[in-house]
Amino acid sequence: MGYQLSFNQIWRNFDKLTNGVILSLELAVVAILIGALIGLVLAVVYVSSGRVVRFIISTYVEFVRNVPLLLLVYLVFYGLPTVVNIAYDAPTSFIATLALYSGAYLVEVFRSGLDAVPKGLLDAGKAMGLTPWQRLLHVRLPTMTRITLPALSNTFISLFKDTSIASVIAVPELTWGAQWINNRTFRIVEVYAVTTVMYLVTGYAILFALRMLERRFRVER
Amino acid sequence: MQELIDAIIYAIPYLMGGLGMTLLVSLITVALSLVIGVVLGVGLIYGPWPLRWVIRLLTDCIRGIPILVLIFAVYYGLPPLGLNLSSFWSAVLALTLFKTAQVIEYTRGAVSSIPRGQMEAAKSIGLIFSKRLRYVIFPQAMRRFLPPWLNGVTDAVKGSALVSLLGVVDLMQAINQVIGRTYEPMPLYVLGALIYFAINYSLSSMSKLLERRYAYIKE
Amino acid sequence: MSATPLLQIARLTKSFGTNQVLKSVDLNVAAGEVVTVIGPSGGGKTTLLRCVNFLEAYDGGSIKIDGREVGYVDNAGGQKRGEVDLAAMRAETGMVFQSFNLFPHLTAEQNVMLGLRQVRKKPLKEAQDIARHWLDRVGLSHKTKSLPSELSGGQQQRVGIARAVAMDPKILLLDEITSALDPELVNEVLDVVRQLATEGMTMLIVTHEIAFARDASHRIVFVADGTVSAQGKPDELMAEVASNERLRNFLSRFSASAH
Repeated sequence: MGYQLSFNQIWRNFDKLTNGVILSLELAVVAILIGALIGLVLAVVYVSSGRVVRFIISTYVEFVRNVPLLLLVYLVFYGLPTVVNIAYDAPTSFIATLALYSGAYLVEVFRSGLDAVPKGLLDAGKAMGLTPWQRLLHVRLPTMTRITLPALSNTFISLFKDTSIASVIAVPELTWGAQWINNRTFRIVEVYAVTTVMYLVTGYAILFALRMLERRFRVER
Repeated sequence: MQELIDAIIYAIPYLMGGLGMTLLVSLITVALSLVIGVVLGVGLIYGPWPLRWVIRLLTDCIRGIPILVLIFAVYYGLPPLGLNLSSFWSAVLALTLFKTAQVIEYTRGAVSSIPRGQMEAAKSIGLIFSKRLRYVIFPQAMRRFLPPWLNGVTDAVKGSALVSLLGVVDLMQAINQVIGRTYEPMPLYVLGALIYFAINYSLSSMSKLLERRYAYIKE
Repeated sequence: MSATPLLQIARLTKSFGTNQVLKSVDLNVAAGEVVTVIGPSGGGKTTLLRCVNFLEAYDGGSIKIDGREVGYVDNAGGQKRGEVDLAAMRAETGMVFQSFNLFPHLTAEQNVMLGLRQVRKKPLKEAQDIARHWLDRVGLSHKTKSLPSELSGGQQQRVGIARAVAMDPKILLLDEITSALDPELVNEVLDVVRQLATEGMTMLIVTHEIAFARDASHRIVFVADGTVSAQGKPDELMAEVASNERLRNFLSRFSASAH
């Protein structure tokens, strides 16, 4: 065996990990905000449109969901600039990719959330004389938000884990930080032990915070 | 346009080779995770509480970290501990660990959805544990297990793309290599995406078909 | 009649957490006897029944079938029976459940055959014949190939009875088998049980059907608060009403059928 555990090198470079996890969180937050916007808009469009539009949206959703995220990241970062006149840095490119990625999943979430709004509530809205737009704003969306909160939490946690892919295009998030330390100190076991713990702790912290949020929403009936 | 077609024609043999590797990695991962996952899943439900606790803990840990971290941890972390695996087997091991945690969850969900009375009726006619599982529980759990599991196979295929980062020449790495030679990233990425799409979409369609079939057989 | 009772329950105790459901139950059932257990919900009667085939592990006391302790190894001071041992003991008792618990993926015939094939190790043809015989006896010869989902509640329960009886058990345990049935289906099931009783099947029945208990049992046992509060032949028990307040209160709820 002959491998001596030594965490000193890790602590000395700990900022790489802490800055990394913060960046991971930032990436995930921005991605889910944009993704939720995409998902929401497309979900509303989906339920109020005909076959052609639905087919287009479905194609987008199915395509993104069945292709590896890694490929999507490469495609957006390395591929797009060669055909379209875009120039962006790695973090921006990654956020765009992750937003499109989460958007595809969230379209499904919001669509079934909208479908799950009890018909009775819509009827009540119609009876009150609300226009379709008002019904959307005041009845369907608020109700749907409450219904979809658990799925949104799960998606956010998944996204947080997916940010590790950003390391392949040198975005300095947590996994990149771990690899950085690994390559310089070769303290592999220690660095991955610490990184694993950081992902787990952060993941559970997010879960806990989101569960608290859910409970707040539920009490406020 | 002609260059595009040439690039694609040039790429195809390499991509097919890479595809073979992707399918191999996915297949091994799926097969191993199925066997180990179901066994551990049964242990999670019916085992003594220390066992259940350990399985629960390991499953939560594996599912709580990114697959990439798992792959790196296995690839870099095992040699210092004395275990030297090739990139291929490190990747397969990591992916298998990941999928096993999923399969354990599917098993738990499927088996625990079966009413207690079934186990009791099976006990009351004198069946021993293994036969209770084989003749009463598993046949019923199947229809709750199969659709999500089949859907989850797509995660194995998508996850297999990460082995490219360890240098294993799967479809993803084949794409990278061809791009390295032809400098035409977009057509290749799109082509690769279409191939992945074709595989995974068929799998998830089969899963939905199964789900509909089973819902029809209402109990 | 100095024969040892088929079923001997002595000083039985069972708790679920801090709730002691069975406080000390003594009960004997002789071969060929039909004993019905009645009593208020939560009084312990179902738990008592489920201890007999060790679906519930009893904490103290003893349950013996033909002299052999059910859940624990004889003379080994509290050691639980192993998996294989326990399964063998359970094969000697048959249980019919309130919620039927038929195996939904198997036909009526296959439900009855499963135990015959896998526990009694009967060859296919013999198992089929036995299964068909019993399904015929419960009036379902035309439904042997039906799945439980295609059967009414009463039919499902009759299959449940056939499944239990086909194993040729020493004692049949019936756990409120008509409680989940629509009223019009109750009689078809009770008729089957009455028939089995007249043919000498030893039975321990938990039920709310007081009229049935009175007509079909050799003995009625009133269990309340975890102990046997009163027992006796149906007529004798009615006589106890005068002196046993709990029994009186319980039966007053069935005033229409108690006479």
